[in-house]
Amino acid sequence: MVTVKIKNDNLIIKVFGELDLVVAKEFRETVDKILMDKPVKNLILDLSQVSFIDSSGLGALLGRYKLVQQKGGKMSIFGANPQVFRILDLSGVRKIIPVFQTEDLELEKRRANQ
Amino acid sequence: MTKIEDNCIRLEFKSLPENVALARVVIASLVSQVDTTLNDLEEIKVAVSEAVSNAIVHGYQNNTTETVIVEGEIKQGILKVSIEDTGIGIENIEEAMTPAFSTSPDRMGLGFVFMKSFMDEVEVFSEPGKGTKVVLTKKLINSGSCALAAN
Repeated sequence: MVTVKIKNDNLIIKVFGELDLVVAKEFRETVDKILMDKPVKNLILDLSQVSFIDSSGLGALLGRYKLVQQKGGKMSIFGANPQVFRILDLSGVRKIIPVFQTEDLELEKRRANQ
Repeated sequence: MTKIEDNCIRLEFKSLPENVALARVVIASLVSQVDTTLNDLEEIKVAVSEAVSNAIVHGYQNNTTETVIVEGEIKQGILKVSIEDTGIGIENIEEAMTPAFSTSPDRMGLGFVFMKSFMDEVEVFSEPGKGTKVVLTKKLINSGSCALAAN
C-alpha cells in the first residue's frame, strides 16, 4: 500500500509492507499518475514502514528517479530500516538517490536550497 | 537448545506476483527452525524473492496461469532451495547472470547479483522453451554452533 501527500511542489509517498513485485507495481502506477497530472517536481519517499525490498522494488525506485530527473526535480528517500538500508547500499542505489533520516530534515534542506 | 531435525518442504503455486511473498515467507519459516542469524534470514528471503520473481516475470513473461515449484531442504545445517518453472528458459545463462543485464527496461538486472551475493552457491539449469531451475545453497550453521552440537 502507498499513501500520498503533496506539500508545495513536493510529492511525499509513504510505502507500507514489502516492496516487491506487487507493491512495486502499485508504487510505480501511483507515482507516475501524479507526476503526470499534478504540478509536483520533487519526490520524497518515506520507507519507514517498509520491512523488505528486493530488486523489483529497487527497479521501481530507479525508474521514478529517472522520471523526476526528466522533470527537473529531485528525489530522496528517508526512514529506511537497517535491512532495507543495506539493500539500498549494496545495490548502489544510495550512491544515486540521497537517503536521509527524517522527512522534516529533508524538507528543511530543500527549503534552505530554494 | 532444540534438537535440529533435517527438514524439507515442497510448494507448488500459480505464477501470480502475490505468490513471491508466499514463497519467501515459507522458506523463511523453514530456515527459522534452525538457529541462524537474522541477517542470514533476510538474505535468504531476498534471494528466494529474486528467483521466484524471475520465474514469473522472465520465465512466464508475466503469464499468471502457469506453475512455479519451490522446494526447500535443510540437511545437516545446509539449506538448499530450488525454484523451478517450465517457461521460456534462458538462451545464454552467463549473459543473464551478468550484473545490470536485464531484458526488461524497468528492472535493474540485480536478481542474480543478489542471489550470488547472499547465497553460498547458485546453480542455474535452463533450456530454451523448456524452463529454468535455480538451486540456491547456503550453510546455515557453523560447525561450532551449539545447535549443531546438540544434534
